[in-house]
Amino acid sequence: MTRNPLHDVAIVGAYNTRQARVLEGVREVDLVLEAIGGALERSGGLTLDDVDGLNVRGSVSRLHAREAAHLLGGRPRWTGMALGIEGVLEAAAAIATGQCDTVVIADAQAGQYTQRDATSPWTRPGNEFVACWGLYTAAEFALIAKRHMHLYGTRPESLAEVAATIRNHGARNPEAVHYGRHVTPAEVLASRWVAEPFHLLDCAINSEGGAGLVLTRADRARELDTTPVFVLGGAIERQGMAYVTAPVWDRYGHSGRWAAGRAFAQCGLGPDDVDVCELYDPFSFELIRQLEAFGFCGEGEGGDYVLGGRIAIDGELPLVTSGGLLSFSHPGTAQLLQKVIASAQQLRGELPEALTVPDARVVMTSNGGAGALFCDVMLLGREQP
Amino acid sequence: MSERRGIPLPHPTPLSEPHWWGCREGRLRVQRCGACGGYVFIPQPLCTHCTSDALEWVDSTGRGTVYSFTTVHRPQRPEFEVPYTVAIVELDEGFHMLTNLVDCDPETIRIGMEVDVEFRRMSDEITLPMFAPRRAD
Repeated sequence: MTRNPLHDVAIVGAYNTRQARVLEGVREVDLVLEAIGGALERSGGLTLDDVDGLNVRGSVSRLHAREAAHLLGGRPRWTGMALGIEGVLEAAAAIATGQCDTVVIADAQAGQYTQRDATSPWTRPGNEFVACWGLYTAAEFALIAKRHMHLYGTRPESLAEVAATIRNHGARNPEAVHYGRHVTPAEVLASRWVAEPFHLLDCAINSEGGAGLVLTRADRARELDTTPVFVLGGAIERQGMAYVTAPVWDRYGHSGRWAAGRAFAQCGLGPDDVDVCELYDPFSFELIRQLEAFGFCGEGEGGDYVLGGRIAIDGELPLVTSGGLLSFSHPGTAQLLQKVIASAQQLRGELPEALTVPDARVVMTSNGGAGALFCDVMLLGREQP
Repeated sequence: MSERRGIPLPHPTPLSEPHWWGCREGRLRVQRCGACGGYVFIPQPLCTHCTSDALEWVDSTGRGTVYSFTTVHRPQRPEFEVPYTVAIVELDEGFHMLTNLVDCDPETIRIGMEVDVEFRRMSDEITLPMFAPRRAD
């Protein structure tokens, strides 16, 4: 088998700006610049002069990579446009194929309007066959969860265990929006309904903030005074338009299984080799579904799998160690990138000590879920394959 | 959920008009493929089962079962009166629709429950195909 060129790419910088429910008076463009600078500062030697690839955006200002290329001096640079894991794989492919050597990805959201008596405007669908029923993101994911609960007897207590565990990771992360806010599974179950079976504490928070990531050639990474994280594998998986087609379990319940298989195949690893799962956590049930889809447990077994401390920091498979979308932060589209950042920080030993998993070598991360008809997967590791 | 003034109503497109104008007449019109016989919903330019363009509009029975549902307590917009129930209904013909379940206590809804289409007029232009528990008669 020929060598996978993605294996010659490394992440050398990962940084989150301050995250908060609202960043009062902060301009999005300044957050983007801070994210770029912060990620480069942590690269152990790279500066903006070394950056010949950009994928930079702002959710509200609609800042995009070409505009950013101009703002950052206008010299010739590769630009990428994709979000989150897809953007990281796009950049890694550009480096691996010699289109550029060093890419900065940065994304931020600030200044988004929030209407307190309803769901956030960006969670509302626009499609003529969806909007009129009062659907929005939580309800879409709830339709998937309810079907699973019907088919396999998955209990609300399992959903609450996932939400409480992840939120308690965030409670120990000083950079998390919900730092210090510990919750018990009973408190999750006692919180008010959003869309059954989801209570308020089963759902992602809303917040603002920025995020930055630096990727470079693996040989350059070795010359830097930093701990590189290597791309082991990754794949994107799309089945249709998010929030247009009904999220039918039979068709979309295994979303991400194909991508996970492709990612594992790229590095010859399997679920047993994964030390930490920094999976996408928009709603508690989605973690149970992904653990099944990715092969960590059997079909319908996810509800029992997450019980008994298995997914805590000191458990067999620590899950969303940063606090994730449920507690750390959930800004615009930057939150997709923050999954990769949290994975890199875990492997680089940059998370708080209480959240650091000793000897973690391989982290699996994901974006999206069954309710949105897409699920992208990425594997990152301490050693170059 | 009776009034719902101000909720986002569909803006029919050339592709979707046959469905929405059907609803206005009390008919649940969906596409069926002349090549493979598969039902296609929501409206598409090609059959999503076999890519044939031989799609024709037919009337559905409007009979089905609840495939999944969620009772919503936090509204998408303030104009939606809570709680309301969103469901995926599996029609007897085999295709799935997003909809609202009406004329029932949310506590009594079960997956697999038999339901029938129940047209609700929202404006001069738009009638929405909701579903209600099948009446025993």
